[in-house]
Amino acid sequence: MSIWDKLDMGKYALYVWGSFGVTALCMIVEPILLRSHATRIRKRIARLNRLEK
Amino acid sequence: MLETLLWIIRRDVTIALRRRTDIFTTLIFFVIVVSLFPLGIGPELDTLRLIAPGVVWVGALLASMLALEQLFLADHRDGTLEQMLLAPQPLSLLVIGKVIAHWLITGLPLVIMAPLLGLQYDLSLEALKVMIWSLLLGTPTLSLLGAIGAALTLGLRSGGVLVALLVLPLYIPVLIFGAGAVEATTSGLGGSSHLSMLGAILLLALLGTPFATSAALRVSAE
Amino acid sequence: MQNRLINWFKYSSPATFYPVAGRLAPIFWVIAIALIGYGLYLSFFVAPTDYKQGEGYRIIFIHVPASWMSMFIYLVMAGWSAIGLVFNTRLSFMMAQALAPTGAMFAFISLWTGSFWGKPMWGTWWVWDARITSELILLFLYLGYMALVGAIDDRRRADRAGSILLLVGVVNIPIIYFSVKWWNTLHQGATVKMNGQTSMDETMLWTMLIMALGFWAYSIAVAMVRVRSIMLEREHDAQWVRDMIGEQA
Repeated sequence: MSIWDKLDMGKYALYVWGSFGVTALCMIVEPILLRSHATRIRKRIARLNRLEK
Repeated sequence: MLETLLWIIRRDVTIALRRRTDIFTTLIFFVIVVSLFPLGIGPELDTLRLIAPGVVWVGALLASMLALEQLFLADHRDGTLEQMLLAPQPLSLLVIGKVIAHWLITGLPLVIMAPLLGLQYDLSLEALKVMIWSLLLGTPTLSLLGAIGAALTLGLRSGGVLVALLVLPLYIPVLIFGAGAVEATTSGLGGSSHLSMLGAILLLALLGTPFATSAALRVSAE
Repeated sequence: MQNRLINWFKYSSPATFYPVAGRLAPIFWVIAIALIGYGLYLSFFVAPTDYKQGEGYRIIFIHVPASWMSMFIYLVMAGWSAIGLVFNTRLSFMMAQALAPTGAMFAFISLWTGSFWGKPMWGTWWVWDARITSELILLFLYLGYMALVGAIDDRRRADRAGSILLLVGVVNIPIIYFSVKWWNTLHQGATVKMNGQTSMDETMLWTMLIMALGFWAYSIAVAMVRVRSIMLEREHDAQWVRDMIGEQA
């Protein structure tokens, strides 16, 4: 029995992968958005620092 | 203490009676919303009788929410609210007074109007009676809970929509038991247990919400 | 005792907590990835096919932990708010705000997976079941909190107003849940037994627990990263922020 057999969800494929897929998407996108938000803020503060000099 | 309470109720009611349009807009909104449903659903009386409790209650919910924004706004603008925060009387007492006045102005007309709307939906006399009782016990809770939302959003630009978002989830128990009481009566089960639940919720709200509202007012008016 | 208290309050200042959060975040990322990875392995390769629900039941390995987390995070936020209101610590309010979007996300995941589980099991995407309805209301409470905090420009007022709303919500949740349950039992049509017939075997329970722990570690990691952003945003004028970031981000 190969890995792919284990992952074959038969007639439930749409539902199982629909659930796991969206969950994975949420939990991957959220950290990425957070990271880009953090770098944006850091850049803004660095610019403020440069301006005030 | 009772004197303060009565004084603030009388003051608020007097002010409201001078500007009667506020009372009427709430009431007319309620009537229009409830009258729209048959137009959307169709005039079959069997269907209408089935949905009447829910429609009237949702209408009352929206109407009483619509009026919330005005609850503290005028006092906030002319500085009365700041005086109230400094007053020697406990703020929660003043809040209760204002909420009672607000209910007399916006809630009570809904209760009086509701049976007429119930007739549009062909409700029986028994059901109409229970509907009045449920509204009488339920709408004060709506005003008490809504006061928290009104205090939290005091003076914000998007206040009106925001109040809806904050307050509607909290209204759900009142909606369930209020509409449930009427529904239980029409289906022959009797609505007394629902009514006692509404009464219990009203008591809880009366004990708890004034403190939350005064805390929120202090935060917002600071 | 006095010493201990002072020690704790030291960490509640943003300037000291910022680097601490920065060190904690990677640790919890590793824990989260390890636990969720192991949980996924268990849910697809170890847990046997259910004799009644077939492969479809594997959805509950994320559905149940996500529901748990959505409720747990709301409680934690309310706890932070209470601490913030009592001790007047800015960090507590920031923690509550850092957790909110993640809690809302888990509430959404819970509803989404619940609906994907419901379609093959009950034949419909949405059922007005007591638990699902309560989860939906919980999502509304999260959205209301985020909308309120976002709408207030004055940070101090936003913190406090949000906290009061959270505490009011926490007091109301049992009443709401009870009323929804009552409403549900009166309208028999929609009542649904979730695990009624399925005997929960031990592997399933373990898988759910490990997934839940993974989600928990994920939430902490995300909250740490987000709280750092919130601190920078709010204190962008403070000297410690300016010194730390310098001129090149």
